[in-house]
Amino acid sequence: MSKQTPSQTVGPFYAIGLTRDPMNVMATASTQGQRIRIEGQVFDGDGMAIPDVMVEIWQANSCGRYNHPDDKQEKPLDPTFTGWGRSGTDERCFYSFETIKPGPVPGNDDSVQAPHVNVTVFARGMLVHAFTRIYFSDEPMNENDPVLKSVKNKARRATLIAQRGERDGKPVYRFDMRVQGGNETVFFDM
Amino acid sequence: MKIQTYNPRDWRSHPPYSFKAYGSSVKRGPLKKLIPLKQTLSEVTGPLFSDIKLEPGENDLTRNDETGKEALGERIIVVGRVLDEDDKPVPNTLIEIWQANAAGRYHHPVDQHNAPLDPNFVGAGRCVTNEKGEYRYLTIKPGAYPWLNHTNAWRPAHIHLSLFGPSFVTRLVTQFFFPGDPLIPLDPILNSVPTKSARERLMASYVHDVTEPEFALGYRFDIVLRGRKATPFEGPQ
Repeated sequence: MSKQTPSQTVGPFYAIGLTRDPMNVMATASTQGQRIRIEGQVFDGDGMAIPDVMVEIWQANSCGRYNHPDDKQEKPLDPTFTGWGRSGTDERCFYSFETIKPGPVPGNDDSVQAPHVNVTVFARGMLVHAFTRIYFSDEPMNENDPVLKSVKNKARRATLIAQRGERDGKPVYRFDMRVQGGNETVFFDM
Repeated sequence: MKIQTYNPRDWRSHPPYSFKAYGSSVKRGPLKKLIPLKQTLSEVTGPLFSDIKLEPGENDLTRNDETGKEALGERIIVVGRVLDEDDKPVPNTLIEIWQANAAGRYHHPVDQHNAPLDPNFVGAGRCVTNEKGEYRYLTIKPGAYPWLNHTNAWRPAHIHLSLFGPSFVTRLVTQFFFPGDPLIPLDPILNSVPTKSARERLMASYVHDVTEPEFALGYRFDIVLRGRKATPFEGPQ
């Protein structure tokens, strides 16, 4: 058995290799589902917004199916939607995604997971990428979501919820992440 | 429906979030304990890029600039295999590559190191592994460069690689180094890797069989991603 290759930081110059072309517009005109924008900032331990951070997301389509051969559900695939996106930050240190709201997906042991987006965070100074999830503030299914329930501390659980707002008549979910400090975002070991 | 989960991250191989000698890490990693998450369909799936069409030349960093001219520096061929922990090849997986030029400068506005930029070298490329998990690309050997971590701090020559593998949890961003570089023992980023054997896994090796006569030296860097657990368990129905 071989051992895992160690992780290393993306460093300050990852844009050359990873974000020269925008990859944060995931929904096309013909993608099915409710159009949403997800945006936010990532803060360091001093409460400063991190400019050289990169966020990747992976999500199911509007029916709750992942575009991947291991998802064997009989729900329709949307050929216009891969479910993956990547964003660096703009001049205000915001990352953003133009996507659709995912449907609920099966969890383990016959459970159902509330609509959520799977998140990977990379930054200069971050030696190993961090995993978290985005849930939606106006989603009643959050009550019974097994992963949310696994976070026993309710204040910490709240760090996984993106807050719904509106801009130009379109839902915008704000999801800030705090990599450390008092209101540190929940990160997962998976 | 059964899902087949992946092995956990091996924390004897990966650095901790906070490593004092690498100053930027101290305020930029979680301090609270990570919350264990039992993998679900969300984690065992992930982007595959199976429809990706690379442009010819994306795996040739020595010529991929719009100028059409050749970059300066020592040309090298980099080959390797992407495997999982059971030594099974990871086929058709995307590898993204970025690096400094031969003088040790990145084609990036934040890099103000007083070393020449090469108009014919961007320092970015992509390749995809074949059915046997093998990859190959051509580039210029990057130079060492100074950084502000501590007095007289220099990064050893290295090339950054980004890989996805078959699932959300197999994602890896790493960098590899060149054998014999005297800066290697002094590098806090490499030294953040907790064991000597794990640090050695970030070293490329010189391979004379890959070297092409009158053209370029050959290096090998194999990559191991998280493997699958042996037994599937009953997941979502």
